[in-house]
Amino acid sequence: MAKGVLVDLTKCIGCRGCQIACKGWNELSVQKTVMAGDLTNPPRLSSRCYTRIHFQEGGTEGAPVWSFVKDQCLHCKNPACASACPVGALKKTEKGPVTYTFDRCIGCRYCMLACPFYIPKYEWEKAVPWIRKCTFCSERIAADLVPACIKTCPTGAMIFGESDAMLKEGRERIAANPGTYVDHIYGETEAGGTSWMYLSAIPFESLGFNTRIPAKELPDLTWAYISKIPAVIGVVLVAGAATWAITRRNQNMDKEE
Amino acid sequence: MTSNKEIKMWTPTTLTLLLMMGLGGVVLIYRLMHGLGAATNLNDRFPWGLWIGIDVLGGVAMAAGGFLIAGAVYILNWKKYKPIVRPAILNAFFGYALAATAIMFDIGVPWRVWHPVVMWQIQSIMWVVAIHVVLYTTTLATESSPMIFEKLKMEGAKKAVYAIMVPIVLFGVLLSTLHQSSLGAVYLITPAKLSPLWYSSQLPTLFLISAVMMGLSMVSLETIISSKAFNHKLDMGILSGLARGILIAAVIYLTLKFIKLFKGGIGMAFDGSLEANMYLLEMIVGTIAPIVLLSIKNIRENLNSILFVDALVIAGILLNRLNVSIFGLYRDQASTGLSYFPSWMEFVVTLAFISFSIVGFKVCAKYLRLFPETEGGH
Repeated sequence: MAKGVLVDLTKCIGCRGCQIACKGWNELSVQKTVMAGDLTNPPRLSSRCYTRIHFQEGGTEGAPVWSFVKDQCLHCKNPACASACPVGALKKTEKGPVTYTFDRCIGCRYCMLACPFYIPKYEWEKAVPWIRKCTFCSERIAADLVPACIKTCPTGAMIFGESDAMLKEGRERIAANPGTYVDHIYGETEAGGTSWMYLSAIPFESLGFNTRIPAKELPDLTWAYISKIPAVIGVVLVAGAATWAITRRNQNMDKEE
Repeated sequence: MTSNKEIKMWTPTTLTLLLMMGLGGVVLIYRLMHGLGAATNLNDRFPWGLWIGIDVLGGVAMAAGGFLIAGAVYILNWKKYKPIVRPAILNAFFGYALAATAIMFDIGVPWRVWHPVVMWQIQSIMWVVAIHVVLYTTTLATESSPMIFEKLKMEGAKKAVYAIMVPIVLFGVLLSTLHQSSLGAVYLITPAKLSPLWYSSQLPTLFLISAVMMGLSMVSLETIISSKAFNHKLDMGILSGLARGILIAAVIYLTLKFIKLFKGGIGMAFDGSLEANMYLLEMIVGTIAPIVLLSIKNIRENLNSILFVDALVIAGILLNRLNVSIFGLYRDQASTGLSYFPSWMEFVVTLAFISFSIVGFKVCAKYLRLFPETEGGH
């Protein structure tokens, strides 16, 4: 069954243990980092950084509030990236992770354009580059282990389990704690639903979440076009052949006259 | 070797173009050795840049003249356009060669460019696009082959191709309709990214119609320029026919764009943002000005003013492709701190590809019978 994660942002303390665990498990090389005005570090996800905690300052004057948002691939239920891939290098697996096989990839980078969350990253600096992104620790999940970042979380801000159970847990927490959370689970409907879902105390938009993402599966948008191709083939061939036959007959009649 | 003596090969222009091609070649070797990051300004926020916007999307749109003129002559039997069928198809071939070569160097792993042919993914628009590039480039090569067979004095082969020309042309019309529209369909999956000025469920139709405008303008421009360069007489009927075609396509295009704009809120085109200004520029240069100008009879019948309108349409539709592939995706960029403007190497390569198309066309015009009808008696 498909696994899922519920991230309760109110419980994250911004320790960044998950960032370190991810680097370690995926053997991602170190990066030179710089302070960029807030405590978010590195400033963005990259081919060497699959997850990070985004520090967001908010609240009102005199009462500043820090929010900590974990960024990584959300592992859509029907991922735009996988539908976009012309060679099947990206796949949604039964257990939940959206995985990538480099031996098929041609490097067209349409997955990067298709992803509404800007998740797939490229190894720009390499002569033979691959796409890199969070794997949802698919090998660990296959071995019945918890993903590295979740395993390391000291506060239980992330819980891992069956996707349906995570959604149910999220709804229960909202219902049981009136006024604590905004009444929305980010990832329940976005892009048709994602395996990673978020609870927050403040509106998702103010935390940098893209709230414009439609509540439908994005691959349907391109399928609407692709599914019409057989009809177009039929119409163009029949209409073309008929036109040719008519114009040819007219020409022959002209000649006879 | 017989050749067209009207065409001088070693002109300063040609030498400049060859120099550009040489420079482009050096940059491409550098790109292969050091990767896309070293040669381009592409980044995780803007995975596609100038090469996709101009060389691929522009090159393919430019090629639309090929299927339109071939269809008009072989399917609709509009004999009037027979004199320009060879240059139109050749122009399309160079447009696709430009796109296909650019794709080769734009993808991260060029030696895997054949993967889509064996790793079918019918749910992927990019796969559909890839298969069409392969099939249609082959079709265009077949449609152009009689010129080569003629040169090699292989009359049998030439006759064999002409015998099956009608089905080949029909196949080409089908592939082009699908390919032009599928390039628009590539962006259907970006509803949350592409600015609503360009995002529309009608992107496939809009790409197809604008390609018709661009393709006809290219054919018209080329006919005028080559008639001046090669000094052969021009059939004004062909040019005004093409101008009428451009006008009709542009009116349909403008109508669809207006409906879309009114639905989305006309204010978004006038909010002074970069996107809004780029949208206005694209629409005025490529669609509105050409419609106004072509509605005037005097302009439709004057060689130089047609040439000017052709250039406007080509520039406007190229802008549209750049807007969809780059400027329309600018919003939200502040959140990542990444921006995009092409590197000098990207410009050099794009100019090199365009130079290659011009020189290639010129070589063909010199050594092949590109305008058999105007040579008088054959």
